[in-house]
Amino acid sequence: MSVGGGETAEGLAAALGRRLRERDLAAAPAALNLIEDRSLAGRAAAAALLAEVSPAALGGEAPAHLVGVTGPPGAGKSSLLSELVSVWRAGGRTVAVLAVDPSSKRSGGSLLGDRARIDHDPADGGVLIRSTATAGRLGGLAAPTRAAAQALASAFDVVVVETVGVGQSETEVEELCDTVAVVVQPGSGDTLQFLKAGIMEVPDMLVVTKSDFGDVARHARRDLEGALRSLGAGRTPVLAVSSLSPTQGIDELVAGIDAHRAELDVHSTRTRARRLAALSEFAAERGERGVRELGGRRAAERMLAELDPALEIPALVAALESPGRGGR
Amino acid sequence: MGETPPHRLPEADPPWVMRTYAGHSTARDSNALYRRNLAKGQTGLSIAFDLPTQTGYDPDHELSRGEVGKTGVSIAHKGDMHDLLDGIPLDEMNTSMTINATAAWLLALYLVTAEENGVDRGTLQGTTQNDIIKEFLSRGTYAFPPGPSMRLIADTIAFTVDEVPRWNPINVCSYHLQEAGATPVQEIAYAMSTAQAVLDAVRERVEPDAFPRVFGRISFFVNAGIRFLEEHAKLRALAELWEELGRERYGVTDEKYLRLRYGVQVNSLGLTEAQPENNVIRIVLEALAVTLGRDARARAIQLPAWNEALGLPRPWDQQWSLRIQQILALETDLLEYPDIFEGSKVMDGLVEELVEGTKAEMAIVAEHGGAVEAVPYMKTQLVESHRERVGRIERGELKVVGQNVFTGAEPSPLQEGEDGGIMRVDPEVERGQIEAVRRWRSSERDPGAVATALEDLRSAARGASTNLMPATIACAHAGVTTGEWAGSLRDAFGEYRAPTGVSDAAPTSEDESLVALRERVEEVSETLGRRLKILVGKPGLDGHSNGAEQIAVRARDAGMDVVYEGIRLTPQRIAQAAVQEGVHVVGLSILSGSHRELIPDVLRSLREASGAGNGSGAPSVPVVVGGIIPESDARELLAAGVARIYTPKDFEITRIMADIVELVAGCAAVSDVSASGTLASLAQGAPRQ
Repeated sequence: MSVGGGETAEGLAAALGRRLRERDLAAAPAALNLIEDRSLAGRAAAAALLAEVSPAALGGEAPAHLVGVTGPPGAGKSSLLSELVSVWRAGGRTVAVLAVDPSSKRSGGSLLGDRARIDHDPADGGVLIRSTATAGRLGGLAAPTRAAAQALASAFDVVVVETVGVGQSETEVEELCDTVAVVVQPGSGDTLQFLKAGIMEVPDMLVVTKSDFGDVARHARRDLEGALRSLGAGRTPVLAVSSLSPTQGIDELVAGIDAHRAELDVHSTRTRARRLAALSEFAAERGERGVRELGGRRAAERMLAELDPALEIPALVAALESPGRGGR
Repeated sequence: MGETPPHRLPEADPPWVMRTYAGHSTARDSNALYRRNLAKGQTGLSIAFDLPTQTGYDPDHELSRGEVGKTGVSIAHKGDMHDLLDGIPLDEMNTSMTINATAAWLLALYLVTAEENGVDRGTLQGTTQNDIIKEFLSRGTYAFPPGPSMRLIADTIAFTVDEVPRWNPINVCSYHLQEAGATPVQEIAYAMSTAQAVLDAVRERVEPDAFPRVFGRISFFVNAGIRFLEEHAKLRALAELWEELGRERYGVTDEKYLRLRYGVQVNSLGLTEAQPENNVIRIVLEALAVTLGRDARARAIQLPAWNEALGLPRPWDQQWSLRIQQILALETDLLEYPDIFEGSKVMDGLVEELVEGTKAEMAIVAEHGGAVEAVPYMKTQLVESHRERVGRIERGELKVVGQNVFTGAEPSPLQEGEDGGIMRVDPEVERGQIEAVRRWRSSERDPGAVATALEDLRSAARGASTNLMPATIACAHAGVTTGEWAGSLRDAFGEYRAPTGVSDAAPTSEDESLVALRERVEEVSETLGRRLKILVGKPGLDGHSNGAEQIAVRARDAGMDVVYEGIRLTPQRIAQAAVQEGVHVVGLSILSGSHRELIPDVLRSLREASGAGNGSGAPSVPVVVGGIIPESDARELLAAGVARIYTPKDFEITRIMADIVELVAGCAAVSDVSASGTLASLAQGAPRQ
């Protein structure tokens, strides 16, 4: 096929990156196709694209608010997202949702159903929903999610990463996002138990859904607040919402998410996110042996901490791959 | 005169009510059809509504496109209902309406039409289907979330029990569960659980002394498949369980209220596209299932037509099915004997098995919190059972003559006519109905009265304990339209999408062809640079999602990433999803006959959304279509840019999948010979010129 006057794939990829930087949302689907492409040519092109949306190219951190929404299946994440998307859009903010679903272990295939449950106007170009499968990866994210979030963050006002799970599976979401909300269904004690047992880290906020359930929802909220106090995290907000018409608590949740971002040092959060992403990508490529050769995970993290905070993930990975050369 | 011997009845039973599920195009056309059918000896009416009427949209709504007057008649206001029933004696007629989400509304239109013709409500006889649970599970014509939907059902029952006492306000449907793949046990267990949920809801809304009458007015709408002896046992089991439920759970003691009352439409799922004339024999045998034994004989029967797997039946096809009923009732000796299975070891044994199985399954539904809460569970079970059935046909374990055995056949003279053996609805009907409803809104009613009636409806909807029927009847009187009535309630109650049931479906059993296909998917995915991704979409209002669900599950089991959004999608939404999700192929399923309008719309939206505009007629991703699509339409669609078309005779899903994988591989090879699909995706995202 012809892709235009002799331009290289990398040149075209870079052009896509520039379009994202200029907040051309129509460039997003093709950019995501590229970022998900695991072939050698695809990876080289993706790197060219990502360089165009790096902090260096942008002259600072990408403007979007990266919001993680995670919780067990059936907790009401998608219904909640429907409401959040509509409030954000009503306020004039553009929104991208990266919905991550588990894959079937046996076939490698997946059924991606979240899109169906997030109400949105198909004529509205300000909303993008993209579903990806974990393809057997542990940790909650699909392989391309971090890079995808980074690219979209240069173009959209809000980028949501939605993952399924409870316990340790939200570690990666927490690394990637500015603000993480864990969604809890009343009447299910898993989150409470995981919090108490220290299996799960304290998130930025907890959201109890289905507050129309009345007493059950009130009990769930009270129990979570008690557990947070005993963990010394009494300031962590626990919000109750109902996504059923008439909705309750959605505006308060949006305000809570914004308030968390307002107090955040975005630059250091994103720097840490890039470094951990690079380490995760390095470990995926080189395995545990590769990490050991760097002196173990802690040593690798220390090494990354000394590099230029503006470095992109591919540069950071390159630095890990040839440790002698430092930060270029 | 001597005494009648125990093996004979003193006099033959009267025949059951004979109906034909009919209606299409406009109210006037359907009225003419009903009059002809009644003249042919049909003894009741069964009104088929089009999908916009069933889901609460006016003919000029975006989602109605291609569907107006297709699967039934379009009824947008009381004027249409007057035309539909013109000249039919409503005080004598027994009218069954296949209407669910908007049942309260169509009942109100029927009542108002009767009233304006001077017919007393108390004399009206008929049935509104009004079973929303099976719409969530199988048929898909829901409009509101489960809570408000159950309230509407309870309100119609509480209203009719005193006001329209000879009306059956609900026909609990097991029919559609079998069409969705239910086993006999699942069919009766889920129907019984639904009836229980409805009765529990109504119990809170009527006086205790009225409740036995409520119980007595609940009827069932069942299915009968080709295994006609087991199917007959199923109905005996249902009668036994129903009586037990009435006595034990609701304390009903009056025998006449405890008797199971059911109507039937026999199985359409088992009807084949291949050698369709064989379907007549299937229909006869299935009719026996619901008439053989007197103790569990249907009160009303409607039979499908031989050509349902080909397209919409013509009046002649429906007449043939009516004649089956008439021959059975009037020529045979069926109605002259007491129950012929009394004392049969086989029948008693089958019934006992089914009763035990049903009780166990009902207990599981109860553990989930009853039928409303158990919708996701039941849906998953149905998708599972259907998958199992389809798999058995594919493997040849379940024999279907003409489809997977004895497939060689002479050409059928029945399909030789100019129309190809099916009915076509004139596409001009839609335009006519759109103009008519606009005219009605602008000049044939009092806008002030309409506004007041709708405001009263909204305020009734807000008060959870107010019965919605009086406000609904007032809307009908004022000339409110179907879309306005449902739209006001959508505003009050919110919109809803039912669970798709596919996420939790167990994997397809492994066989060689699936394993080989999976390897091929891996190979093609390598070439593409990322996993082969397919969008399975159902455009329009057609809610029969069983086929789409089976395709989605099999695609996953073949190793693809599958985006499935469920039913009722606009072409624009499908196109948006295809582009945003970066899929390699789009699969569309459509069974309502609206493919000629909707498929080209999807192709157009896809071209616009992907900014391709390459003028070649082909969208940037290949589109394949599955459904009931006549040969001549298939040629048109292929010419319009559809890459492949699959019809019911393509029953081997793994083979369909393999075909789709090769299609994607072929497209990738054509669009980019050099390396991965990277460049293709770049070109797709190019800015519009």
